[in-house]
This record gives sequence, structure tokens and C-alpha cells, in this order.
Amino acid sequence: MDHTYQLAGMNDPATYLDLGWLSISVANLVVILVMIVIFLLAILLPFPKDRDHS
Amino acid sequence: MTTTHPAPDVADSSDTPDGGTIADSTMWTSRLRRAWMSKLPPEKLLPDRQPAYVASWIYVFGVLTLAAFLVVIVTGLVLAFAGPAWYHTSWLGHFTNSLHFWSVQLFFVFMVIHLWGKFWMAAWRGRRAMTWITGVVAFLASIGTAFTGYLVQTNFDSQWISFEAKDGLNAVGIGAFFNVTDLGQMLLLHACLLPLVVGVIAVWHVLLVRLRGVVPPIDAVDPADRADVRTDLLAARPDDTPVPEARP
Repeated sequence: MDHTYQLAGMNDPATYLDLGWLSISVANLVVILVMIVIFLLAILLPFPKDRDHS
Repeated sequence: MTTTHPAPDVADSSDTPDGGTIADSTMWTSRLRRAWMSKLPPEKLLPDRQPAYVASWIYVFGVLTLAAFLVVIVTGLVLAFAGPAWYHTSWLGHFTNSLHFWSVQLFFVFMVIHLWGKFWMAAWRGRRAMTWITGVVAFLASIGTAFTGYLVQTNFDSQWISFEAKDGLNAVGIGAFFNVTDLGQMLLLHACLLPLVVGVIAVWHVLLVRLRGVVPPIDAVDPADRADVRTDLLAARPDDTPVPEARP
């Protein structure tokens, strides 16, 4: 099947990383890493101040 | 805003401030209304302002989860009414199907980050244990809802997942209670029972957050515990007792 119009071939088998006891698909690993990055940004980035009551 | 009530025709029919009789005030509807208003008045249910510590991005992920859940419900309703013959064949059906799928992904991403934030600030403090527990149950129910969603895609992917899941569920001994290869059963669970469970628990969770307030950071003072805002404590305090300083 031609998947050139897709960002990722959803009908193809996933690529897995086998790191000893840990076996995880690249897609799941990317999602987990993105969540960790968003979590850290949410803690570190300053929240916009209320202009009326600053 | 001041609301005026018409004068009662019978003199003894306005024994209570809201124009009812004393007999009315003992009815379960009246008692339930008074209990609700004392615990969760409108200004507490929908407050205009939040404590200063809420001004952090980590506090927005709860409401982001709710927003994603709303998109999931709306797109799910469209899919349910239009049916697989529509969402498998038309471009708008594909788009709606994708919206449903990706809003679920965002729902889980936001919920997991919300969970991490609340875990590291020990959000069960200050009589908020039930808030934490309802969040956990909503998370588990959401996993079941998402899983049954994968099973009702009506494609080869859902067929593969259901047969893999059948072996897994049988292996842990719960395969006798439901049949993940039964499309009708999974469709009813996914479209009727489980979204209702998630929705009811989410409403309960939000009401508890409003009731107890947003949990403060560990080194902050919960506004509900500050002596300078606890008028009930101040009223009971002898005049010569100094008011303790609130911690910064």
C-alpha cells in the first residue's frame, strides 16, 4: 500500500527498541518523552501575570 | 442582584426567608438545597479568582483534560449517529474519526501530566483524599473506555487487538466476565456505559475540587487554614490573643 501521503504508515508494524528487559515501540517512547518535556516546561516556564492586578 | 418575590396571599405562608412555610423547610428538597448552598454556594462553585499559587502552567492540565474530554464526547456522538459506513468512507467521516482519536490521545497526555503534577505536590493533603481517589478511578475507567474504542474501529486493527486482548484477559482469569471479540458488547460498553462512568466520576472529581479548593504547593499555606481569613476562628478567639502571622 502506498503511504507516501501519510506522515506515518499506520498499517505497518511498529518499530520496537529492545533494550534488555525493556521493549518499547518508538512511537510510545516518543509520546512518553514529549509528556516529560511538557511536564518540565509547565513547571519551569513563568505563567503570564494578570495585568489588572499585578 | 436583588430579587423580589410577590407578596403571599396567605399571611402564614411566608414563615421562611425564601417565602415558604415552616412545613416547606422540613421537606427533603429544602434540606438538600440548604445543605448544597452551605457547602457549595455559586461563588465557590464558579469562582472569579483563584489563590495566587494557581498562577502556574502545571495547574492548567486538569481543565485541559476536561476540554479534550468534551471534544471526545462531541466527536463520539457524531460518529455514533453517522455510523461506520460514513466514517470509513467519506472524507468528513475520516476527519471526525481522526478528531475523536487524537482528542483521546491529548486527553490521556493531559491527564497523565495532571497526574504527575498532583502526585509530586501530594494533592491528597487537606481532606482531599476522595478527590485523589476519584481521579484514580476516572483514569482507570478512561483506560477501559479507550481500550473498547480500539476494539470497535471495525477494521483489521481492532480485530487484531481484540484477539490479542482475549488471550491476555483469559490468562489473568477475567475473560469469563466479558468477551472482547463480541463487537456488539464492546460497542455498548464503549458508547454507553463507560463514557457515562467517566463523565459522572469526572463531575464528582470537579465538584470535590471546588468543595475543598485547589491544593496549595507543599510549602504554601492553604487559604482555608489561614487564621486571618478564617472568620469563624477569629470570632471564637479571645480579644487578647494575637492573631498568628500567616506563613509566606
